[in-house]
Order: sequence, then structure tokens, then C-alpha cells
Amino acid sequence: MEQLLQHLVNGLVLGGTYALLGIGLTLIFGLMNVVNFAHGEFYTLGAYAAFAALGWAGVDFFTAVLAAIAAGAALGWLCEVTLLRPLRSESIDTTMLVMIGVWIAMQNGELLVWGGVAKSIPHPFPTAPLVLGPVAIAPLRLFVLLIAAGLIAASWLLIQKTKLGRAMRATFQDRDTAALMGVGIGRIHAATFAFGSALAAAAGALLGPVFLAYPSMGDLASLKAFSVVILGGLGNLPGATLGGLLLGVAEELGAGYISSGYRDAVGFVIIILVLLFRPAGLFARQERIA
Amino acid sequence: MRRVGGGFLALIALTLPLWLPSAYHLHVAIMAGIFGVLALSLNLLLGYTGQLSLGHAAFFGIGAYTSALLTLTLEWSFWPALAAAIALAGAAGWFIGRLSLKLRGAYFVLVTISFAGVISLVSVNWIELTNGPLGLPGVPAPELGPWSLRTKTTYYYLVLAAVALSYAVSRRLVGSRIGRAFVALRENEALAESIGVDVTHYLVLAAVVSAAMAGLGGSLYAHYTRFVSPEVFLFSYTVTMVIMVVAGGKGTLAGPLVGAVLFTALPEVLRAATSWQWQMLAYGVLLVLLVVFMPRGIVPHINAAFSRTPRP
Repeated sequence: MEQLLQHLVNGLVLGGTYALLGIGLTLIFGLMNVVNFAHGEFYTLGAYAAFAALGWAGVDFFTAVLAAIAAGAALGWLCEVTLLRPLRSESIDTTMLVMIGVWIAMQNGELLVWGGVAKSIPHPFPTAPLVLGPVAIAPLRLFVLLIAAGLIAASWLLIQKTKLGRAMRATFQDRDTAALMGVGIGRIHAATFAFGSALAAAAGALLGPVFLAYPSMGDLASLKAFSVVILGGLGNLPGATLGGLLLGVAEELGAGYISSGYRDAVGFVIIILVLLFRPAGLFARQERIA
Repeated sequence: MRRVGGGFLALIALTLPLWLPSAYHLHVAIMAGIFGVLALSLNLLLGYTGQLSLGHAAFFGIGAYTSALLTLTLEWSFWPALAAAIALAGAAGWFIGRLSLKLRGAYFVLVTISFAGVISLVSVNWIELTNGPLGLPGVPAPELGPWSLRTKTTYYYLVLAAVALSYAVSRRLVGSRIGRAFVALRENEALAESIGVDVTHYLVLAAVVSAAMAGLGGSLYAHYTRFVSPEVFLFSYTVTMVIMVVAGGKGTLAGPLVGAVLFTALPEVLRAATSWQWQMLAYGVLLVLLVVFMPRGIVPHINAAFSRTPRP
């Protein structure tokens, strides 16, 4: 029982960052119809941006996370404006191929700048775990969970309560009608891509100190993000949140009770089962971006 | 004109080992041929039925492992092992086709990715069968009657024959009623169904033929490198196939072959021209530029440039 609680807590920490990755991807995928294989690279970018801000600029950890978010947003915006905008009328395969190119270029660019050796990102938290009754949690992991929860709440407010969020929801429902109502589709796409990339970078900056930063860390992150999108349904923000937490917990349980070798298989099996039995996602509802 | 050009290309392909300067160049040619088979295989699904499989490395890997295991542990000879590799990969294609026939677009993509992910993890973790991450060394070279096909030159002709066979099968299929049904599905599924095209039947058929062809490529790869490890399931193999098909021109027969030759040679050229750190970075950037300037692929662009009538 205690072991189970401990697995659940670890799963939630992991799941919080999966949710951040998933929310970013579900917006990009749902709203722009772009299969963004470079999503994990923005996660990697976030980890290295935090590392650089801490090491070179000497800022505190919290500012470093903000710097990573800013870097993700800036590069995401640049990517949309220079590469995706000219290809908006092309098929989904074409934009996917461009993002595969971005993925390869970014990953090898990171390899070039940082080298292949994994970097450990320093953090200011004590390593002694906080013991709360039957479970123990490292202060860093608690911080990760709290910041992730805060960012998820902020995303929800942005989508639900702001004018930009309303325009995004309108574009998701019907791009042409939204355009006729005066929504600037180009601006919305750029904002969506920058926002999604910023969330991925935040996840990287948060998980980077928990694990290690290395150039190929984004590959698995992309796959996790896709699993979360499938679990939650395309463009479904609460779905992506729940899906992320669910995937994190399922992986922890799978690794704890079945075999750690098959940890990453849990996500794949979930994707296949959900797509076969609930192809619209586990939490399908009428309005799908909210 | 087109016939003369084709004959000329066939002549070049047949005489290639005679005038290539070194064994290294022949190696690149053999790899281009194996990737040609794989790209033709992916093109059947992606180019003609419009379904993107991002798990194609799974069929490639199943072919490679089947062939390697049968020749190593059961000591089968190459040809029956090759046939078994093709059959088993085709069966996997049938399974995936049946599983995912309700899914389209992005969802189909994700089922194929997940399938490849699971198979890859099994190959790493089922150590009794696959020897895990250490892989299976010593896969025997193929033999034809009393002759061994061990040398690069003979292996080149074996691969060339496989490319020709895959091309012929694709061409025959695409030109037939079946191929027209594929294209009808790609263009408008509801309309195709309304005039009596059995969607399920044709999608599963396309998946089986495509997977079997990828199994052929996998078997050829295993007996060429003489070593199989879980790396055959790497996502980068699938990505390479997709790049070759889409950049070459999906839905054309020549496009995947052009893509296979170009994108097998490109990393080698880049390696000679730049240092290794820049090689893959330049590859990614070139890919992005190619898609931005020729979004429909090289072969359709060349066709459009040479024909006066605008293509639909």
C-alpha cells in the first residue's frame, strides 16, 4: 500500500510535465493540423536554455525556467512564421516532413553546441526528501509538480478567459468562419505554435534538473506528448491534462509492478487500446478545445 | 523519349559495379537499393492510398529478424528464410491493417508508431529469442545453388533484382483496377465507397503488400550487414523512408527511387564535405529547404517543368 502511494506520487510528478507537453502539442496538432515532430526538441531546448541561463548568466533557478519559456516561445514563433506559414495550403504530410527536418536540424545543432555528454542542471533545493506520512518526495519534484500545475492553470485561463483564447477556440472549430469574423488566422497560428513550444520548453526546464539534459532527450518526449494527445483527444485541454497525469501514473505502475524494461511500452499499449476502443479520446465531449 | 531515358537508366544500373571507383561506392549503391525497396513499399500506402505509416521500420525489422533467426537457429538456407521474412512481415501488415482500418489520418499514424514502438521494446527485452541489445551476429551470406553471393558485386545484383521486382509489383498494382481503387480512396473515400469500392478490403490489401515488400528489404539488409540488432527498429529508419518518398514525390513510381538514391548519397557527400558534427545538421536544413521549395516532391516538379499542360 505504501509502495503504491509512493508510485502514485512519482507518477503525478512525471505526469504533470507530460501534461505540459501534451497541452502544447494538442493545441498545435488540433488547431493547425501540423504533426509536430519537433515538439520534443523544444523540450530539449528548454532544458539547455535553463542550463545556459544558470551557468552563463548566473540567474536563479526560477528566472532560468522563465528564460527557457521565453526561448521556447521565441523559437516557436520563428518556426511558424518562416516555415509553416508558407506551407499552410499544403498537405499534412508536407508540413510533417518540414517538422521532421526541423527535428533533425535542432537535435544535431544541440549536439554541436553542447556535445553528446549529458549535462546535470544544478538546482537550489535540498536533496533530503520531505516525508509526508507514508510517502517521501524530493523538494525539487514537489516544485516541479507545483509549477506544472500553475502553468496548466494559466493555459486554461488563457484559452477560456482571454480574447486570444476565444479566437483560438473559434479557429479550432471552423477556420474559415473564424477568418470571416475577422480573426487573423496567421496571428493565431503563430501564437498557438509559440505558446505550445513555450509549454514544451517549460517541461524541459522543469524535468531537466530531475533527470539529465542530453541532445536526444526530446525523442521520447515527443512520443509521450503524442500519447497524451491521443489519450485526451485532439484539441482537448482538460483531456490532455488528465491524459498526462494518467500516463505518468500508468508508467510508474508499469515500471514498478511489471518490468522497468517495458516502462515506455505502457504508453504505446495505451495509445493502441484507446485508439481502438475510444478513438475520440478517453474524455471526449462536444466542444473539443476548452 | 521517356522509354529511351528509362533504358539509359537501366543500363547505368546494370553496369554500375564496372565503373564505380571503389567498394565503398558500391556499398552506398547497395544501401540505396535496399532503401529503394523500402521507399517503394511505403509509397504504396502513403502515395497511393494516402495512409501514412510511421511504423514501417517494424515491418523492415520483422523481415530482418525473421530471416536472421531462421538461418542462424534453424539453419534454413537464404531463399526459404527470405520467403518467410516476406510472409511474416506481410502477416504483420495484415494485422495492423485489420486493427486500424477504422482510423484515418493522424490516428492511423499514431497506431503505426505505437506498433513499431512495442515491437522494438520486445526485441530489446525478449533476450532468449533475440539476444537483446547485443543483437545477432554472423547472419550467413546468401547462396544461389553452388555459388555464394558474398561479394559486394553479386550482392549488388541481388538487390538490384529486388528493386526491379518491387518496382514491377508496384507498377502492375498501380496500373490495375486495384491501383485505381487505391487512388479513389485517397481522393475521396466516401465517394469511392458509394460507387462500390470495398474500403476495408483495399486498405488491408495495400497494407499487406507494402509490409511484405518492407520485409523483403529487411531480409536483404540482414544478409548484407550480416548482423541484426534492435537498431533495425529505430525510428530514424522510418523517417528516412518517409523523407525519400515525400521528397522524391509520393504517388509516383519514380519518386521513391529518386528519393532513395538522393538521400542515401546525401549524408555520404555531406560527410566528405563537412565534419561529422555538421553532417546531420546540414541534412536537416537541406530537407527543410527542399520541402519549402518543392512541397510536392522532386519528380512531380520535374514533370511539371517539362510538360506544357498543367497537371490536375
